[in-house]
Amino acid sequence: MIFKKKNSDLSAHTSIGENAIANMEIAGLSQSQIVLRRFFRHRAAVFALCTMLFITVFVFTALDFRLLGLWRIHGWWKWTIEDIPDLRFGDCPNDTVGCPTVSLRPQFLGGSGIGFGNHPFGQDDIGRDFFALVMKGAQRSLTVMIIIGSIGATIGTVVGAISGYYRGRIDAVLMRFTDFIITIPAIIIGSVVGYHFGNLGAVFLAFYLGLFAWTGLSRLVRGEFLTLREREFVDAARVAGASNRRIIFKHILPNAVGVIIVSVTLLMSGAILLETALSYIGFGVVEPDVSLGLLINKYQDAFTTRPWLFWFPGLFIITIALSINFIGDGLRDAFDPRQRRRISKKERQQSATEKKLAQANE
Amino acid sequence: MAAFILRRLGVLGVILFGSSFILYNLAAISGDPLEQLKMSSDPNRDFLITSLTRELQLDVPPPARYFLWLKGVLGFVVGKANFGTGRDGALVSHSLALAIPVTIRLVLASTIFAIVLGISIGIVTALRQYSRFDYSMTFVSFLMFSLPVFWVAVLLKEYLAISFNNFLREPDVPIGWVVVAGLVSGVFWASIIGGSRRTFWLVFAGAFMFASGLVEFFSVTGWYLNPSLGPIVILGLSIGIAYGVTQISVGLANRAALKASLTMAGLSLVAYYPVNWIFDKHPGVLTVLALALVTIGIAVSAGIAFSKIDRGPIIRTAVITAFLSSLLLIVDKLMRTWKPYMETDAINYRPVPTIGQRNDLLTTDDWWLSNLDIITHLVLPTLALTLISFAGYIRFSRGTLLDVLNQDYIRTARAKGLTERTVIMRHAFRNTMIPLTTIIVVDFAGVIGGALITESVFGWSGMGTLFRNGLLGYDLNLLMGVFFVTASLSVAANLVADLLYSALDPRIREGSGA
Repeated sequence: MIFKKKNSDLSAHTSIGENAIANMEIAGLSQSQIVLRRFFRHRAAVFALCTMLFITVFVFTALDFRLLGLWRIHGWWKWTIEDIPDLRFGDCPNDTVGCPTVSLRPQFLGGSGIGFGNHPFGQDDIGRDFFALVMKGAQRSLTVMIIIGSIGATIGTVVGAISGYYRGRIDAVLMRFTDFIITIPAIIIGSVVGYHFGNLGAVFLAFYLGLFAWTGLSRLVRGEFLTLREREFVDAARVAGASNRRIIFKHILPNAVGVIIVSVTLLMSGAILLETALSYIGFGVVEPDVSLGLLINKYQDAFTTRPWLFWFPGLFIITIALSINFIGDGLRDAFDPRQRRRISKKERQQSATEKKLAQANE
Repeated sequence: MAAFILRRLGVLGVILFGSSFILYNLAAISGDPLEQLKMSSDPNRDFLITSLTRELQLDVPPPARYFLWLKGVLGFVVGKANFGTGRDGALVSHSLALAIPVTIRLVLASTIFAIVLGISIGIVTALRQYSRFDYSMTFVSFLMFSLPVFWVAVLLKEYLAISFNNFLREPDVPIGWVVVAGLVSGVFWASIIGGSRRTFWLVFAGAFMFASGLVEFFSVTGWYLNPSLGPIVILGLSIGIAYGVTQISVGLANRAALKASLTMAGLSLVAYYPVNWIFDKHPGVLTVLALALVTIGIAVSAGIAFSKIDRGPIIRTAVITAFLSSLLLIVDKLMRTWKPYMETDAINYRPVPTIGQRNDLLTTDDWWLSNLDIITHLVLPTLALTLISFAGYIRFSRGTLLDVLNQDYIRTARAKGLTERTVIMRHAFRNTMIPLTTIIVVDFAGVIGGALITESVFGWSGMGTLFRNGLLGYDLNLLMGVFFVTASLSVAANLVADLLYSALDPRIREGSGA
């Protein structure tokens, strides 16, 4: 159980850590260091972060990679999505073909040993290696996610910051513009764009979707800026002669970065689901390109006979989205200044006893 | 207030105008509706092209054509809106009128389930913060966040519908599943109720025995093929509901409320045979509505009869109890329709369908049978949508309630010596509901347009299908008709949410941030 926090010697350990952090806060620990420490205490989030990093490296190094269309860097996996090896016949359940060869059962338990085999995720109808296809699809989904996340974050932050900082007419105009974008539902725009421009490639689709994905973030950032701009340190900076630009970027933005990062992680986990959903209904990434949603759509009818064609892409979607969500949760805890670690009953009693002892000693 | 609303409406009108203009032109430049016809080798191709051009006014350039469309739509001010015709010649307003009820039917039940379930689990997790239940529900809600709806739908079809239908062929629960059902129920209730280790295991044992016993009992008595509740079980459940509702609503210490709701529970037994007679004799929506009105009337008078002072909460308790226990009567009636339903040729003992919104082969004029058919077709989509959307409510209500519980007025309430029930239900829960209400309103409007994928997975033809057809056939009028409905709904919902917020929370000044 990754969430369990109650283990007594462990809590004693972390309580030392907590005190150490508290002391170091006095010693002048920077905001980012505090946040990092808090984040690494959230075990589920750290686990998710490791999973995410692992998946990213695993997925992007698996296939051949063309750098600027010139150099061809070989991936570590033997097949690519263009290869069409022979379909695997025999020893598949229910007389199917191309079943997965991945095995997790060691030999001494009667399995065929832990290993990938020739086609770990099986083969598709014409014999293409499904592992390579899933890797390609996951690359697409991750790329789309990152592009939507960064474009949404940039536009949302800038719009929110400007309208929250300047208020008045600029705010009214920008917020009405945001409302205007909100009225067009994301899925409708995604469908219009995806259906008509989907064949321009996943990257273009992601850029376009990113242009419509910033609205929620800009409202949040605006709210944050409206509060922060009334604070004393902003007045101090202004009295010291700082320009508006300097105040926005050097003084207010670092204070709002927690809200932004958390919201961007949510945006990204939503983005990966949006991309797969659009590809699933045929408005997103289209063939011959590969995407996880597209793979699921293509093979959902094969579920009863060849379920692996359905399970593996889905598991990748879920793992990626779940990791992102947990990372976001960890970041929220880390950035929230009100968030204090819960003091367990035992510790409370201990400190009460210590106080009493101290009083008695005096 | 009126000025505020008018100003908001004006701004929203301008926004709607702008976004519809953009969308119209975006859709118009992206494809040619005549493309398919131009490629075809139909002998009267030219005639079809000219007639479609005339029909859809394709000779007018898109920006100008938009204003022709707008002129038709703005007719709703004088009572005759004209959304134009789709390319199949059908009036768009007619297609919309057919599609909207289907979509509402699809999303209504799941939205209600998601809200009720999500908020109650969210509240329990907040009250049991950092407990095992809290952590596992956090995990579950993140998992639900990360599930693509089409993926869940395929799994549900395979594992729920098809295996359940196979199971009904020989409804005999193997002992392993009996134990699993018991374990699940035991862990669930024990972690919700919490308390010391002793109570945990006591609750666990009780829930385990109850659930596995029930499953085994159903299996032995063939209940799955011929289910019903019967008057005695209804009475027992109603009394349970009466106690539960009273405890949550006003507390068991309020004897008048308890008496009123127990009376209503008892009346559900008295009403069992007469109501069933009416159900058989005059089936229909009107009967159900009339009976509901009568029930509410009786509940109100029972509340008045049993109370002397402070009548509001007591009447409320009696009405809620009466409503829930009369729902049991309807459930019972539907359950007793189950056997004849399964015996019809169209169903033939495979009652949970994986696709479609009704069984076209089922020819019956029995109102209950056709309703049961609609309900069985709703099972899978409702389950899928509920699973996807209730996670959000869990997270949101948990977060809000935790925030509220940290407020000073909660400490004040506790310091005054109020019971924990009063503190939670009256001080904390009500304040949690303020932001939740606004979220619910906006969500519900959004879900009407957002069921596109669910509709396509389960083969329903609602708004999502219309939208898809409009997009695939470059059918601008159809596309814009769908957009008009969804966008106006979302705009209206945002306005209602803002107004509700300022009405519910006196701290929000009206007009601020408008």
